[in-house]
Formats: sequence, structure tokens, C-alpha cells
Amino acid sequence: MKRLWRWLIPLAALPVLALLAYGFRVNPRDIPSPLVGRAAPSFTLQTLDGAPLSLEAHRGKVVVVNFWASWCYPACYEEAPILERNWRAYRDRDVVVLGVDIQDTREAAEKFIRDFGLTFPNARDLKGTVSVDYGVYGVPETFFLDRQGRIRVKHVSAVTDEVFRATVDRLLSEPRTP
Amino acid sequence: MSRGWIRLVASVVLLGAAVSPVTAQPKPVSEETVHEVAAQLRCVVCQNLSVADSPSEMASQMRAIVRERLTAGESPADVQRFFVERYGEWILLAPPRRGFNLLVWFLPLVAVGAGIATTAILVWRWTHGRRGARPTPVDVDPAMSERIRREVESGS
Repeated sequence: MKRLWRWLIPLAALPVLALLAYGFRVNPRDIPSPLVGRAAPSFTLQTLDGAPLSLEAHRGKVVVVNFWASWCYPACYEEAPILERNWRAYRDRDVVVLGVDIQDTREAAEKFIRDFGLTFPNARDLKGTVSVDYGVYGVPETFFLDRQGRIRVKHVSAVTDEVFRATVDRLLSEPRTP
Repeated sequence: MSRGWIRLVASVVLLGAAVSPVTAQPKPVSEETVHEVAAQLRCVVCQNLSVADSPSEMASQMRAIVRERLTAGESPADVQRFFVERYGEWILLAPPRRGFNLLVWFLPLVAVGAGIATTAILVWRWTHGRRGARPTPVDVDPAMSERIRREVESGS
């Protein structure tokens, strides 16, 4: 009996250690989105140039929806040239990049677009409804949509060339109809 | 007669015109209800703050969405479901009491109970368990015993 107790006390610490080991390995910022695999919420906004921007208009294409803000330094500043570069490289292959500026002022957003020479459409989400529909909790967040309009990948933090190319190439290689 | 008819028709039309927009209009929602729903939602850009308590723009936009949906006739549970569908259960400040989450709710109680029980048993044992129990006699060599006695006596 005594011998059993001697073993039982250190053994009782094992579940706690296992929980800690699991807890410290998991990135608390990595929140799984329930939207991955589901149809992307449709939206209609107005670009900063005043043109209508709707997701529906791009159905059948691989769509990259990027949520950003001019105050989001440095991540949004890192990815802006990458998004522009890849948009230019892929735009003739049925790929579209849509920028959604959130919690920002018009002047700051316009300056950001000017400074980076962004040519893909960018719109402001004035009421935050699109952000909430996409379950956005910070910037930058990027959603990769397949040709059927489903959210396939949610990328949190700045998009890199590798992430953009690998994801978009994979979605492009899929057959047009499921 | 005809005048009476006209009056009746006119009053019905007027009444209809007066009533229909009122019935079609969304019911007013108290700020208290909005606060109650928002208080259960996690502010997504904050740390450990609810949507009701956060001064951030995101939280204020989310409060507006809560107000809008409640005004449109949704129940607080509907509004909560709307956010859970988009953000997952992570958006709820208190995990719902079902499935695996029950562990979070009841494990602390079980642990406290087990702690109190263990302490009680140990305390009882220390105070009651050994009362009257004589120390077991130790085998000592009579010669050694004799030597100790002598040395204690001569030392004092």
C-alpha cells in the first residue's frame, strides 16, 4: 500500500504535465475558423475609386480576399507589395485579389494604396459587417477561395510569396467543376 | 347612408395607414438587452474583454450588429449563434455547458472536493488514527543498553 502511494503522487502530476506540454505547444493566436470549407459570404462594397466591388462578380475565379488596415504595421506593409506582385503575375489566369480595408480612415487608406501602388480593387468595410461575416479578428487576414466560391484557406499574418503561390497554384490545378 | 359609408371607408383606410407602418416597424430593443448579449461575446481585438466593455472600434461595430439583429426580431440566442457560426465557440466568453466543455465547468469542483476530502482524511488520521498506538519496541543489545545507561549517568 505504502509503495503504491509513493508511486501515485508523482503519477498524479503526469496529466498536469501533459496538459501543460500541449498548452505550450499550441499557438493561442491560431484560432481555427469554422468558415474553412464553407461558402464564402457574399458582399458588395464600394472601392475607394467609387466602383462597386462584389464577390459575386468574380464567381468561377480563384479569389484572394485580403483584410488590411493602414495602421497595421508592419505586417500589412510587408504583404502589400507581395499581394500586388502576385496579383499582377496571376491576373491573366483567372485569379483576382480583393482588398478590404477595415477600421480605417479614407485618407490613410488612400495614402497606403498610393504608397504601394496597389492596382487590385480595394474597398472599405465601413460598418464592419464584412469583417464579422468572415470572422476576422485582426489584420492582416487573407482568405483563399476556390472556383466554387468556398473558403479553402484562412491565412493569419502577412502573406508571403510562398504561401500565395502554393495556395493559388493548388486551387488553380483543381478541376473547374466539383 | 353614402356619407356614412365614405366615413367608414375613410376611417378604415386612415386607420390602416396609421397602423400598418407601426406593425411593420421593428420592435424597439433596450440598450440593456444589447449590453447583455454583447457582454457574452469576446471582443476579438482585445484580451479578456467582452464586446460590451471594449472601447475599440471593432467592438462598437459588433455592438451595432447585435442591436441591428435584435431590432430585426432575432432572439439573443439567434444573435449568439450568428457570431458562433462566424467565429466559432471561441467568440463566447463562457464555453457552453455540454460535451467536452463540461470538463471545464466541473473539473475544478471535483478537484476542490477531492482536495477537501484528502485533507480531511489526513487530518483525521493524524489526530485520531494513532492515538493509543504504542511505539513498537526496538530490539537493542542488552550490553549496548547497559552502556548507554552508564554513560548517561556518568555524564550528568
